Amino acid sequence: MWEIKHSRSASFYDRFERKGGNTEITHYCPGCGHGVMQKLIAEAIDDFGIQDRAILVGPVGCSIFMYYYLDVGNISASHGRAPAVATGVKRARPEAVVFCYQGDGDLAAIGGNEILHAANRGESITVFFINNGIYGMTGGQMAPTTPLGQRTTTSPRGRSFEVEGPPMRMCELLATLDGPAYIERVALTNARQNMRARKAVRKALRNQVEGRGFSFVEILSPCPSGWKVPPEEANRWVEKYMVPVFPLQVFRDLDHSDRLPKGIDVSKGGGIPFAADPPVPAAEAPEGGSVARGTIGEEALTLSGFGGQGVLFAGMALAEGAMREGLEVTWIPSYGPEMRGGTAHCHLRLSRQPIASPWISRPTSLIAFNQPSIGKFAHAIQPGGLLLANASMVKEVPDRKDIRIVRIPSYEIASELGSAKSTNMVMLGAYLELTGAVDQESILAAFVEKGTRPGMLESNRRAIEAGRRAAVEAEQA
Amino acid sequence: MRLLMKGNEAVMHGAIAAGCRAFFGYPITPASEIAEMASLLLPDVGGVFIPAESEIAAIQMLFGASSAGVRAMTASSGPGISLMQEGISYMAGALLPGVIVDVQRAGPGLGNLGVEQGDYHQVVKAGGHGCYKTPVFAPNSVQEMCDLTIHAFDVADRYRTPVMVLADGALGQMMEPVTITTSAAPEPEKPWAVTGTAQTRQNLITSILLEHEKQEMHITGLERTYAEIEKNEVRWEEVRTEDAEILIVAFGISSRIARAAVAMARAGGVRVGLLRPISLFPFPARRLRQLAGKVYAILVLELNNGQMVDDVRLHVAGITPVELMRRTGGMMPAAEEVAEALRKMEKECVGNQA
Ligand SMILES: Cc1ncc(C[n+]2csc(CCOP(=O)(O)OP(=O)(O)O)c2C)c(N)n1
Ligand code: SF4
Repeated sequence: MWEIKHSRSASFYDRFERKGGNTEITHYCPGCGHGVMQKLIAEAIDDFGIQDRAILVGPVGCSIFMYYYLDVGNISASHGRAPAVATGVKRARPEAVVFCYQGDGDLAAIGGNEILHAANRGESITVFFINNGIYGMTGGQMAPTTPLGQRTTTSPRGRSFEVEGPPMRMCELLATLDGPAYIERVALTNARQNMRARKAVRKALRNQVEGRGFSFVEILSPCPSGWKVPPEEANRWVEKYMVPVFPLQVFRDLDHSDRLPKGIDVSKGGGIPFAADPPVPAAEAPEGGSVARGTIGEEALTLSGFGGQGVLFAGMALAEGAMREGLEVTWIPSYGPEMRGGTAHCHLRLSRQPIASPWISRPTSLIAFNQPSIGKFAHAIQPGGLLLANASMVKEVPDRKDIRIVRIPSYEIASELGSAKSTNMVMLGAYLELTGAVDQESILAAFVEKGTRPGMLESNRRAIEAGRRAAVEAEQA
Repeated sequence: MRLLMKGNEAVMHGAIAAGCRAFFGYPITPASEIAEMASLLLPDVGGVFIPAESEIAAIQMLFGASSAGVRAMTASSGPGISLMQEGISYMAGALLPGVIVDVQRAGPGLGNLGVEQGDYHQVVKAGGHGCYKTPVFAPNSVQEMCDLTIHAFDVADRYRTPVMVLADGALGQMMEPVTITTSAAPEPEKPWAVTGTAQTRQNLITSILLEHEKQEMHITGLERTYAEIEKNEVRWEEVRTEDAEILIVAFGISSRIARAAVAMARAGGVRVGLLRPISLFPFPARRLRQLAGKVYAILVLELNNGQMVDDVRLHVAGITPVELMRRTGGMMPAAEEVAEALRKMEKECVGNQA
């Protein structure tokens, strides 16, 4: 008959130096299941020769001090978060054998979400779930797994369906997910069951060593102190009150070696997507006024319209072009729920100097794609500034003599070109013509660099040039 | 090479240049592009992106990756940062480096998606439990979103502490030209990490110290680290302070408005200068005190209900009047209004004392 090894495993410290006080005995109560389980784990680690590779992510609960005993890499997680921590560890060190050890308060209550999602991602980790039906460390409060009728310090009348709800079955819950490879529930009740527990522990660890996927073992385990029963009755108590609620069985046993999540690949560590330049203290400010060919030194442009009219994109394209001409640029959008069908606008500053505020309260130019944009921004245009309106949607412009007002039927122009979607490029072309802010070739060069398809590029060019012609005509009219 | 990109994108380019190889994130406007960029870029450099189930989990995944000795990060906005406070406290307690970017929105509660700086208190004053602090860097341009993210990784590793980058929706969403730079310091060895090897087997990452004496020693050690950080890592920027009679103090995006206001007020003959704290912890206290001794009055400009102003008043210690100008809820003061406030301040204070 199998019994617990009294000689300590190599993975089990001989003396518990980290513990302080009596370094010969563990801190667990007599009859507690934690000590048994931890020895089973240490023994398996020895037998598989994985002591150096093993990393324990410990819980908050009575076994928080498991690192007193297990001579493996140790990380102690906050309450319930061990599966998230273990995810980070395993993805960072795919070669390590990472396992969590959690109580039922830790795993099923506060950490319910973390275990659910680590399991669902099929993380290549092993989780040991010690279900003792109670919060041991804090003194015997009700856990999600406490059987109906059981009295605890927080269910003094006995747990009831009506007040506290029925106990949660974590194996069954996790077995609804496709992620886990192996799920089994065992119990520490008698020598035969302990033997099954030992087998399950070994299988769950071996699965990870062999790369077979997420493994989960629930262990029904005695907590005589929490239950307030004598240690010698505790195993029977598990059998009598817990096993009927939590059936012992294998819920899943699959090989997920073909679908393991990916960890960090150090062999790829060298490449950085953009060639990193040495730090440049200040942007190379272009000399003199040769850059922007027009009259604009400090342009503060607002573009405004409906979401979907390509307003933000037109501003971005202009910003790209201006940057390529050595100008300082800021582009700031309205963002958030507005983007869905509502209004969209962006502010664009072009300057030869470093730009202070990206926001614009008094634009030098406004490109208005729709009527509401006029109401919102036209009054603020600086005297001498420009209002470029999309005549297809703007029917009324303000009666201001101190600004230049140009109207372009950009939708009709774009439609004639066969691409109504290019309305924004038509408007952009007109703006370039009227202000000379940026060379259209700078903008088109940006499109090329961004990988715009030749057909699309040609269509944009035609739209910009049509906008320019329309601007000339509108000015002459 | 200058590239036009959003602040949120610049954060991730900086992070990768700094050697960040793992990102754990949960979507939230206006920070989501950081996670999106991470998911796009990291696999190409052998890195990992995990869409975490919550910010609670994201920060704990960061805890795990950092325990294993890898440069890793997460990013969120106010509501998510609140959830991360648990993990940040544990990281500080367990001496784990890591970078957390807060792209602030307006609050409290769900608030809205507007530009606000209301997380100053929760980020700078250590929003989690216990005796700890985190270094905080506040960019004010897209270039700095990149540079200070890189710097955050360096500082995090140097002092074994989580470091926060405090940005906001404007910085996250706006585009400016950026030059991607590299880490100033090489990534240090991490002999303390738990990496699943014989050399690191006896290492232990934990924040629990049951004995009171040991806990106090630990906190004293943290305090020593923070004192080092205060000595070495203070960063600020000054604009036209040399002859300033009025000082405006602003951090992050509001410093850009302040800068515009300084130019406007100067054009009107007001001698005003800007002090922009770049590191919020450590706060540029000494420099602020020096300047406070030279100017007649100080205006603090913030996009919140007045949070950094507490620190300004603390360090100015009453030697100069300190006034607060602020907007909240996503509302933005125009630079013209700020310039007007500076002019008024000059009239009142400088006129009186000259
Ligand atoms: C966030 C947080 N809440 C509460 C606690 C207090 N706490 C410590 S252990 C524990 C319960 C542990 O119970 P369980 O997971 O069942 O483990 P056991 O002690 O029974 O082995 C609680 C609630 C904590 N440490 N952290
Ligand atoms: S309280 Fe329960 S779980 Fe904790 S050590 Fe004692 S018996 Fe074990």
